[in-house]
Amino acid sequence: MRELFPLLLQGTLVTIEIAALGTLLAIAMAFIATAAKLAPWAPVRWVGNVYVEVFRGTSLLVQLFWFFFVLPLPPFRIELTPFTVAIVGLGLHYGAYGSEILRGALRSVPGGQFEAAVALNMSAFSRMRRIILPQAMINALPPATNLMIELLKGTSLVSLITLSDLTFRARQLDEATFKTAEIFCLTLVIYFVLAQLLVTLMRHFERRVSHGIIAHSSRQITQKAAS
Amino acid sequence: MKTHADTDTTLQSESPVMEKEMKRDPVAALSETSNTNGDQPMVRFAGVTKRYGALTVLDELDLDIAPNEKVAIIGPSGSGKSTLLRVLMTLDPLTSGLIEVDGEPLTHMRKNGALVPASLAHLRRVRSKIGMVFQSFNLFPHMTALANTIEAPMQVLGLSRKEATERARELLSLVGLADKCNHYPSQLSGGQQQRVAIARALAMRPKVMLFDEVTSALDPELCGEVLNVIRRLGEEHNLTMLMVTHQMGFAREFADRVCFFSQGKIIEQGPPQQFFTSPQHERTQQFLRAVREAV
Amino acid sequence: MNHFFDLQYAAHILPDLARASIYTILITLVGFAIALVLGLVLAILRRSPIKAVSRTVGFVVEFIRSTPLLIQVYVLFYVLPAYGITMSALTAGTIGIALHYACYTSEVYRAGLNGVARGQWEAACALSLSPWRTYSGVILPQAVRPIIPALGNYLVAMFKDTPVLSAITVVELMQQAKNVGSETFRYLEPITLAGLFFLVISVTFAQLVRQLEFRLRLP
Repeated sequence: MRELFPLLLQGTLVTIEIAALGTLLAIAMAFIATAAKLAPWAPVRWVGNVYVEVFRGTSLLVQLFWFFFVLPLPPFRIELTPFTVAIVGLGLHYGAYGSEILRGALRSVPGGQFEAAVALNMSAFSRMRRIILPQAMINALPPATNLMIELLKGTSLVSLITLSDLTFRARQLDEATFKTAEIFCLTLVIYFVLAQLLVTLMRHFERRVSHGIIAHSSRQITQKAAS
Repeated sequence: MKTHADTDTTLQSESPVMEKEMKRDPVAALSETSNTNGDQPMVRFAGVTKRYGALTVLDELDLDIAPNEKVAIIGPSGSGKSTLLRVLMTLDPLTSGLIEVDGEPLTHMRKNGALVPASLAHLRRVRSKIGMVFQSFNLFPHMTALANTIEAPMQVLGLSRKEATERARELLSLVGLADKCNHYPSQLSGGQQQRVAIARALAMRPKVMLFDEVTSALDPELCGEVLNVIRRLGEEHNLTMLMVTHQMGFAREFADRVCFFSQGKIIEQGPPQQFFTSPQHERTQQFLRAVREAV
Repeated sequence: MNHFFDLQYAAHILPDLARASIYTILITLVGFAIALVLGLVLAILRRSPIKAVSRTVGFVVEFIRSTPLLIQVYVLFYVLPAYGITMSALTAGTIGIALHYACYTSEVYRAGLNGVARGQWEAACALSLSPWRTYSGVILPQAVRPIIPALGNYLVAMFKDTPVLSAITVVELMQQAKNVGSETFRYLEPITLAGLFFLVISVTFAQLVRQLEFRLRLP
């Protein structure tokens, strides 16, 4: 069993790398898509809607294959490394879902916040940046955590476009050593551990960011009152 | 105390005497720089109509409010009272009519002698003279009381953090919450939150303050602290106040004028002594009777 | 050679793709039927008063939900034969995807069951209804309404996940598209057609689910 570790670990690092970069792109795409869908110009809105519908409506593997097999050929002739395909595919796919989460989060901010900002004569930009968006982001954290776990699981598909992630290494090891049961069970455990780490990290982050918003315990209030 | 507001606003102080006054009175709006002379109304509603589809909420309303006047607006729910404040605060658009603030049209502007819809810059400039306190406080939950109060002066008026914080601390102690500066809204009672909301609105140095049923969401024992702050504001500072309220007792002793609203129109208005003791209209009498019975 | 979308070629490969898409639909329907039933069983087991049962089931569900479907079907197809359980790629794939999504549907059921007011359980208990009757007559009818849209969404999700099974040689639509493409080195048409197929069906179905959600809303 020991000899399995180094290669699996290598694969895990690649998985983490792809997941992290994919997440960054997904976050960026979520913002861009949501901004596009709320833009005052109809063609921009249309592009945003099409992007979200297409990337949510087709499966991740189809998208990865499309970028991997179709793009290098005419008429596109765009050669992307498997690594780039993975990041782009994951980012675009989960970014579409992310924009739905962001949309829901923006709507979850109470209307009174918007009105208070207008009453204080804040500009639309200040209002969004200082009041609405911070509150929306906090509301978006729980569903965003779930989406990040989906993304982590989705990284396993990049093994099918020849990327040496954890899943790829597992298959490699399996074909080399035939210790199939151990390898795949170990792989499952590694993914599970990664997912739990992610959840713990996000919950910690959530707590730190919303420390003022959630009502503190009465003990804390009396302590502060006494000070 | 030098402040550098938007280039368009008229709240700048030039003379050192005025500066000293401002230092003493954090709320002072400078009559020197206002556009109104003594007899022009501070707020004027002219033929204001607001319709939601087939429903008419404000019906050809005419109302003039003099500078420093305290007007209480009472009436049954659905009569359009809150809508009046909301269209003044530009939270809802007018269907027709004109609103003037401090001598200038609010949602329109004068161009080549005609009235055209206001540009955003014009709207924001005139709107800056109005402040509003809401029934549900609407404090920013992710900011402390102090942060709530310095936010708009820094973002909109361009005050430095130091200046804004000074102003905010003065206002928070004015409303009796000097020791709660670093508390979050979730740690404050309803009455305290509402007082922070008042301080936050005052930080923008408005000339007109709108109070939209500010005690309706409070437990009865917390109303007093908020009403006291409003009373002190009215007595000690130059502010035009428009209050939609159910607090008849407060309206009676504090307001200069009481308006009774029903179905989008002002049925009756007058000084409280006359209004409450001898109402003229049938509808007003009905309403006051029902209110008295409820007490 | 035509460098843009070759309609003639597309029409030529359509029958092959259509045949394979039947497998895709078959896997989805059978898999989801299993997931619906299994998910309910899992949800009920998680509510069991016996701590050992509820904790174990809870952990297994969480484990399956947090790990990739791809590895799970690998286990079913490559690991189980060593323990004497062999099945065809199609069977392994269908069971794998069904098991995976059963864990999602069990969460939906749990949310639905928890959504039914406590008082209903207590009333049923006071009326001495059997557990079977409590569930079938009182609880489930009330829990069903809000969970149908969520279940519909998971059906679409499962449908879109079927290409994963191509990794264990199940010849569903995606695998067929790749096969066709590798024969002629024209991947554009097969993969695009496959993509369109998924897109059209999932968008249509998502719309249906939204309409259903609207109709089922309590007045």
